[in-house]
Amino acid sequence: MEFFKYTKTFNFMGKSKFAMFLSVVLVLASYALLMTKGLNYGVDFAGGTIVQVKYDTTAPIDEMRDRLKGNELFNNASITEFGSPDEVVIRMKSTTGNVTVDIGDVTREALKGSGNFEIRRVDIVGPKVGSELKEKGITSLILAILGILIYVAFRFEWRFAVASIVALVHDVSLALGAITLVGLDVNLDVLAALLTILGYSLNDTIIVFDRIREGVTKGRNSELSDIIDESITRTLARTTLTSLTTFFVVFTLFIFGGEIIHAFAFTLLVGVVVGTYSSIFVASPILLAFGFDVKNYHVKLAAKAKREAEKDRMRAQFESGVM
Amino acid sequence: MRMKLNYRIVIFALAIVFGVFFSVPSLMQTENGKKVTLGLDLQGGLHMLLGVKTEEAVKSRVKSIAASIKHFSERKDILIDSLKFTDEAISFTLLDTDDTKAMNAFLSEIEGAKIVIDAENISLTLTDEEIVRTQKQAISQAIETIRNRLDQFGLAEPVVARQGEEKILVQLAGIKTQEEEQRARELISRAAKLELMAVDEDRAARVDTMSAEDAAAYGDVILNDVANPDRKYLVREIPILDGSMLTDAHVGFDQNNRPLINFSLNSEGAEIFGDFTGKSVGKRLAVVLDGKVYSAPNINERIGGGSGQISGDYTVLEAKDLAIALRSGSILAPIYLMEKRSVGPSLGADSIKASMIALIGGFILVIIFMVVYYRLAGIIANIALIANLLIILAIMSLFGATLTLPGMAGIVLTVGMAVDANVIISERIRELIYQGVSIHKAIEDGYSNAMRAILDANITTLIAAVVLYAYGTGAIKGFAITISIGILASMLTAILGTHGIYEMLEKKIQKSKNNRLWFGIKG
Repeated sequence: MEFFKYTKTFNFMGKSKFAMFLSVVLVLASYALLMTKGLNYGVDFAGGTIVQVKYDTTAPIDEMRDRLKGNELFNNASITEFGSPDEVVIRMKSTTGNVTVDIGDVTREALKGSGNFEIRRVDIVGPKVGSELKEKGITSLILAILGILIYVAFRFEWRFAVASIVALVHDVSLALGAITLVGLDVNLDVLAALLTILGYSLNDTIIVFDRIREGVTKGRNSELSDIIDESITRTLARTTLTSLTTFFVVFTLFIFGGEIIHAFAFTLLVGVVVGTYSSIFVASPILLAFGFDVKNYHVKLAAKAKREAEKDRMRAQFESGVM
Repeated sequence: MRMKLNYRIVIFALAIVFGVFFSVPSLMQTENGKKVTLGLDLQGGLHMLLGVKTEEAVKSRVKSIAASIKHFSERKDILIDSLKFTDEAISFTLLDTDDTKAMNAFLSEIEGAKIVIDAENISLTLTDEEIVRTQKQAISQAIETIRNRLDQFGLAEPVVARQGEEKILVQLAGIKTQEEEQRARELISRAAKLELMAVDEDRAARVDTMSAEDAAAYGDVILNDVANPDRKYLVREIPILDGSMLTDAHVGFDQNNRPLINFSLNSEGAEIFGDFTGKSVGKRLAVVLDGKVYSAPNINERIGGGSGQISGDYTVLEAKDLAIALRSGSILAPIYLMEKRSVGPSLGADSIKASMIALIGGFILVIIFMVVYYRLAGIIANIALIANLLIILAIMSLFGATLTLPGMAGIVLTVGMAVDANVIISERIRELIYQGVSIHKAIEDGYSNAMRAILDANITTLIAAVVLYAYGTGAIKGFAITISIGILASMLTAILGTHGIYEMLEKKIQKSKNNRLWFGIKG
């Protein structure tokens, strides 16, 4: 079976103006959302308390609210369904630092008589730990991007590195926009998903860039947009196939993974789609826009090869003792 | 048809043998052999990050120095007055300056203290280094003590470790019931600070009308009775001795068969205790635990031998935990909760079930897809994929790594990346076959052409994984670990392994001339 024949080259760069326009609009929309609605930090980053309760039957949310109202520990607590009608989470901004007084026990005591239930999870994240996790999270995101930038610049050329980073920032921005739009709680797992998107999207970009590098060094054509179109076409089957399989896997995770992995899977799902799009329609056009000069690169490569040859010659001379 | 063995296939075969051998204990849950540990999010348990109020440790260090000064002056009949202490300093006056030399000799033995003697006024301040040292020691001591206590609690493999400079990580897997969790938390947080204190008999009668400030003016404190909070005791603020001189504590029973705790003191403690009781016949001695008076018996005679009892209204289990806490030593500085995550076993089981469904479902989809698209080349890729999974599991079992829920997600992603490598290779081979080169050349060039892209892609992902590992916590670290292991394993399986298989089958492929069967293309 084959998705694409290698007989004709698609004109991707011809459509890149429209794609760039779309990307700019989407990125701006994402930032507008981030600024107005804002990210919904979960307990991991904002600090707070989560108690997850599962009932044998449908959870009596109204009754639970009444019962918890009296206790000041549950001031401003929100009670929402979690995955199924039987299961709810109680969220609070406050935390208790006392090791012996447990919010799980307090909840159990307060809900006694409201039905047959089980407390399945208690998460307490103190404000200090929360801000520390946030700090570490942002640091890790920046460090990962930096590390990748250096590697790509070393393996390709600085314009390739910058283009791939722009694509990465594009992807993470859109993913954050989607998370804000849906109103997901941003916890550690979402951060992990964002870092995975970085890796995935970069993967895609590098496969295309590798082809472009190959086209530039080996091919005779010196028109960059033609090389890019050719390279994207050649890798299109791989891009489609890998994106589809990854999409399948993440989609099953999203459908069957359960509520607890929901946010992670959602973020990845967005990332797979956006990452595939960006490697074709964001990274490559930017490379083009930067005015990467193929002829100039050829000259540079030739000069480098000459230097290497000269070095080898010198070494050979030195080793044979003719100096 | 003779098939040629090559070094790649040999390494691949060895890797598969390794993978099968070390993953069997985890897969089959055999009795022996190293298995993958399930994270707390999958098997249920309690994770806590504790902080230490180190300033309290400094305070109690000052307090114990004050106690030793008092004891020294009483033994040597040196008269001192207005012994006071603040958070970091002690001051007192000598009534007879002839004792200055003896007192100075004693004080200069105390480590990390700066002593200022101004005629009869003596002051002692802890140096900054000593304060830092005391704070550090308080954390180490808390870790040590909590570890000792949990080791005796009866759970398998409790984790107690320092995290960062001043945090303590406690992980208890396999806590099954709420009661068990409650007990563990109490055992961890209990200061278990035992103090034997003298009741201030001169003013004891007025205790109910006294305020805390009044008491402090006399060098006393007011403490409540443990069973009856309305009952108050006025005791001297500086204890006669504390739990640091305790050598043993165990559960015993009184004549009514109620549990109590017998404790014994070391020789120094026994001497101080003997001296004090000898001098204080007719007065009361308060047995104070964590700031509450458990009993205050009359001293009838000098008590030598250095043993005593703590009676209270507790169950046998509570007495047992209390004895453990006393034996392990007290926690000098109070600890507080910075982070807690507790997962019930049923939620863990649900998470395993859901992620297994996702993992297996996704895996089967990918495998079918590869065979439909690439035919035999797809099957070769699938062999590599299964080998990859086994090797990940084997390495994780071998190193006793922990499999968390994000770790499972990491494995799912690795499956995707390993497949990607084979997709890239197969596409390259197809392309070369279309160009009309020989099967041998198509395979060799296909691999070498694909290699650069695969390596670059894998290395950048590894960079992200390493950063995640360095900056991530708990469960996220698990994600980084499985991804890293998965990528390394995929280089072995998806690149080297499949190459070996093609090399072995090369002649066969060439002879069959059936590119549709082998690579899923015409021609």
